[in-house]
Amino acid sequence: MIQFEYLSPSSVKQALGLLSPNWGDTEVLAGGTDLLGLMKDFVLTPKRVVNIKHVSGLEAIRSEGDGGARIGALVTLDRIVEAAHIRQNYPALAQTVADAASTQIRNMATIGGNLCQRPRCWYFRNGMGLLPKTPDGKSMVVEGDNRYHAIFGNEGPAYFVSPSTIVPLLIAYGARLRIAGADGERELALEKFFRIPGSDAEREHDLKPNELVTEILLPSAKGVRAANYEVRQKASFDWPLATAAVALRMNGSAVESARIVMGAVAPVPWVSQEAAQAIANKTINEQTASAAGAAAVSKARSLSHNNYKVKLAAVAVKRALLVAVGQTVPDLSTAQRGGGA
Amino acid sequence: MPAEDKYAYPPADERTYVGRRMGRVDGTAKSTGHAKYTYDYNAKGLLYGAFVRSPYAHARIKNINTSEAEKMSGVKAVEIVQKPGSEIYWAGDEVVAIAAVDEPTVRDAVRAVKVDYEQLPHLVIDSEEPPHNIPPDTSPLGLDDLEDMARNQVPTAQMVKEINERGITFKPEEAPLDRMPADIAKAVKSAKQKPAEKKPPAWYKPAAAETQGDADAAFQAPEVVISEGLYGLPVITHCCLETHGAVCEWTDSDHLLTHVSTQYISGIPGQMAEVVGIPAANIRQVQENIGGGFGSKFGPDRWGIYSAKLSKKAGGAPVKMMLSRAEELEVAGCRPSAYARVRVAAKKDGKLTAWDSFGWGTGGPGGGGSPPIPYLIRDRVPNYRIQWTAVVNNIGPARAWRAPNHPQACLITMAALDDLAHKLGMNPLEFFKKNIELTGPRANIYMDEFPVADELMGWSKRWHPRGDKTPGPIKRGLGMSMHTWGGRGHQSECDLTIQPDGSVTIKMGTQDLGTGTRTAILAVAADTLGLTPQQITLLYGDTRYPMSGGSGGSTTIGGVSSATRRASVDARDALFLKVAPVLGSTPEQLEVVKGQVRVKGQASKALSWKEACAKMGAVPINAHGKNLGGRDPLMNSGVGGVQMADVSVDTEAGIVKINKMVAVQDCGLVVSLETAESQCYGALIMGISYALFEEKVMDPTSGRMLNPNMEFYRLAGIGDIGELVVHMMVNKYDGRGVIGLGEPPVISPGAAISNAVANAIGVRVPMLPLTPARVLAALGEQKGENA
Repeated sequence: MIQFEYLSPSSVKQALGLLSPNWGDTEVLAGGTDLLGLMKDFVLTPKRVVNIKHVSGLEAIRSEGDGGARIGALVTLDRIVEAAHIRQNYPALAQTVADAASTQIRNMATIGGNLCQRPRCWYFRNGMGLLPKTPDGKSMVVEGDNRYHAIFGNEGPAYFVSPSTIVPLLIAYGARLRIAGADGERELALEKFFRIPGSDAEREHDLKPNELVTEILLPSAKGVRAANYEVRQKASFDWPLATAAVALRMNGSAVESARIVMGAVAPVPWVSQEAAQAIANKTINEQTASAAGAAAVSKARSLSHNNYKVKLAAVAVKRALLVAVGQTVPDLSTAQRGGGA
Repeated sequence: MPAEDKYAYPPADERTYVGRRMGRVDGTAKSTGHAKYTYDYNAKGLLYGAFVRSPYAHARIKNINTSEAEKMSGVKAVEIVQKPGSEIYWAGDEVVAIAAVDEPTVRDAVRAVKVDYEQLPHLVIDSEEPPHNIPPDTSPLGLDDLEDMARNQVPTAQMVKEINERGITFKPEEAPLDRMPADIAKAVKSAKQKPAEKKPPAWYKPAAAETQGDADAAFQAPEVVISEGLYGLPVITHCCLETHGAVCEWTDSDHLLTHVSTQYISGIPGQMAEVVGIPAANIRQVQENIGGGFGSKFGPDRWGIYSAKLSKKAGGAPVKMMLSRAEELEVAGCRPSAYARVRVAAKKDGKLTAWDSFGWGTGGPGGGGSPPIPYLIRDRVPNYRIQWTAVVNNIGPARAWRAPNHPQACLITMAALDDLAHKLGMNPLEFFKKNIELTGPRANIYMDEFPVADELMGWSKRWHPRGDKTPGPIKRGLGMSMHTWGGRGHQSECDLTIQPDGSVTIKMGTQDLGTGTRTAILAVAADTLGLTPQQITLLYGDTRYPMSGGSGGSTTIGGVSSATRRASVDARDALFLKVAPVLGSTPEQLEVVKGQVRVKGQASKALSWKEACAKMGAVPINAHGKNLGGRDPLMNSGVGGVQMADVSVDTEAGIVKINKMVAVQDCGLVVSLETAESQCYGALIMGISYALFEEKVMDPTSGRMLNPNMEFYRLAGIGDIGELVVHMMVNKYDGRGVIGLGEPPVISPGAAISNAVANAIGVRVPMLPLTPARVLAALGEQKGENA
């Protein structure tokens, strides 16, 4: 076992003081559902692990007067599913979180950790690096098996996909983040939090190595119709192949404005202006939703093994839109299995 | 009466347990966690072993430096597994073994070993079609070549042919003749000895084409319908939920106690004796339970041998070497891949006339298995040409995987025939019936099973021609397949003791792979002795008990049931001999029914089991049962099974969902109905997994497996399996005797599901697993899109 120092601060301020200004020296432990596996596999080898589970003030779900919500970074996924305020005001969020991972993981994993979880890229997880290179300097992902890799934002050197199934929906809802650092607090839109790293020394987000995510701020979703759709091969406990989250403001039966965010398709959650424009001022039906799906992937660029993901991303956008307005979509898990046979 | 007749099973209506549903005797222990596995042996002073493994798929070891590891506190033993100069053929192969006081220490020690490698070129991709113009290798065979062929289950007849034609480079006495099948040993002894030829390393090893009739002429005959297609399935792993491993300890300086997780308890001492340097008689193997083997756990493997060697070096302390999940998937067994371009022809009435295939596949460094294509019908198709090229690559070592080579052959054949039926405009069920005599000796069994499967699936009512016309993206379809397997019982022996107080003990050195072996043994003994299974103590899983063969090839049930039946009948008859005078009758007139020994037809002339046993005096009765192998009428070989699948496909997302699977299965006399059904349920789930999910994904640059975990090496979950319906052909073929069941029901699911998907969406998805990528590509090609 590689020796590391383990510290358990009780305040944000104390925690910040224990974090190194360099990535890799220190790692933050909350639920541990991602970090511990990465350490056991020697993918991460921090010199110090800072346990923030005992940091006070980060474990509350607060309702705002206008119906908005503030979710502390240490709130577990399970508590989000159970929270009455979330179920009432963000039903799509409660459902999406309930569908994430397994019961055991939801009981441990925190929402802050969900935002900061590392990519599931099999090159990264097998210790070949986040931006793995062949001996002659090419990308191992481009040269190798990229069936689960990016179809957007894949100009290189990053080809992994953003793993969270929850984040796209939070972005669609217009979530913002509070981040604590040595120089005080800052706030930024969740979509600006994610970045495509240009080198192995960078991470997948805007956090500095000695900053902490403290809170997620959700604006009121009154009048918003939202949905998240995941294309998964297995019925449960499976990483999706493509996801789409939508949040719509309606004017009568027409879409006044739309936020459409795809997951598992790019190194960052992928906000699609094209899809949003395609559906603006339109009534959502099979045709308009299909057109929005097609628009969403119009600029996709597949790698050698992942062309199918372009189709799946379009399907995810289409079905998320239909679900958001209460229409049924094909569902293999229910009795609706087609006639025919 | 003839001596043999007394062992025959009574008719079904006179049996209490055999052929009936009887709860699994170890069900409670397993479901409550009381059952102990190799992983659970945690003796005092236990050391943890681990391997330094090659990070390269093909390399030569230049130098090994273990000094840092040996200096570490807590490290108790270090052994070099492969010396400098050795060639490595797959990533993850074992190089050094280390034992230490705890897991973190041993993992640190592994990382402290420095190994220098010379990297060599590797190949890990196998799906690309090999060139057609490589001449077959005619150079004489070395011992390594024969080992490779054996490991890849090359049929004996083919091996004999190659030995005869190519000659050998070694002296026959250098070969392990006693461990070879007799025909091969004979061929080796009479083979021409030739000097070894220096061969450049080759990725492809084509075998000579096999032909019958005139395939070319048959395809050119007027009025034939021809179907062509590409079919295949990749390398998958065994993914045993209990990973491979062993715990070994020296109980004194020349006695070894092993707990190897194994399918062959009786065979472990013999396989370890030479390498650990003591007589096999001094090795005791004990295993109560095993958490999955599927053909990959017959030998002690390096973890068995090195846990013993490390233990010796560490003064005899027990050493546990269990593989991690990643190691399990990388090195503990591959099922060979198989791909083939196939042409088939039939007359317009559906009668099959010709088969032509060019196939290839890999079994890792030893080349590929050679699946028996065309499956079921091979020797009876009037005209065929079969070509096969083994791909020699660095994907990892092949091991037998439940019904070796059969699922591959079945998929390639049944998919090709299903496509032909479609081209003929025939319902596949009618097509198979039309050609049923091509299946040979089991034709009548399939014909019996077809109507049962039809009824359970509603095939005739619900089947539609290819392409579900229902509007919307969800398409539903039906597919079917059929299979066979040998499954004659292996050598097995049984000691059965009746004590004067009426207690009964059975001792057998067999293993229960979770298949229900214990339940079946007790069913046979309880039925024969007129007792309940709870009245009998079964001691098993230990080399101190009478030997039993390895549980492979579906040979266990035949072997153990016959041995048990014979021991039970002999013990019962010995008891009758003692009791008959007391009841004023003769031994032939006695019977045991529900705990009573009585005179046939005279209920008043009876003794309870306990009273009867008390008449034995002080000496227990002991009977030794041993089956008669190939001439044993209590067991037999050759089963038939039919399966049907009902699937829905989301044609926008490319996702296949199993609605229902029907398995109709024969295995001669069914011994334990409930565990037999369980075998079929398990096989269907395993079949759904390889049909939809499983693939050993390799990285071409590093030569490493990319999904050595259960996130991306997917297995079916409860939500993925649909409704499973199993029908055993009970009391239909009892006269044939007991035949093995473990393998057959896993052969057909891939083909049945692939055929059902083609029926649903109107186009063949050529390769398993049926992932969204492959389903969408096939649909795209149908629409004329570029994939």
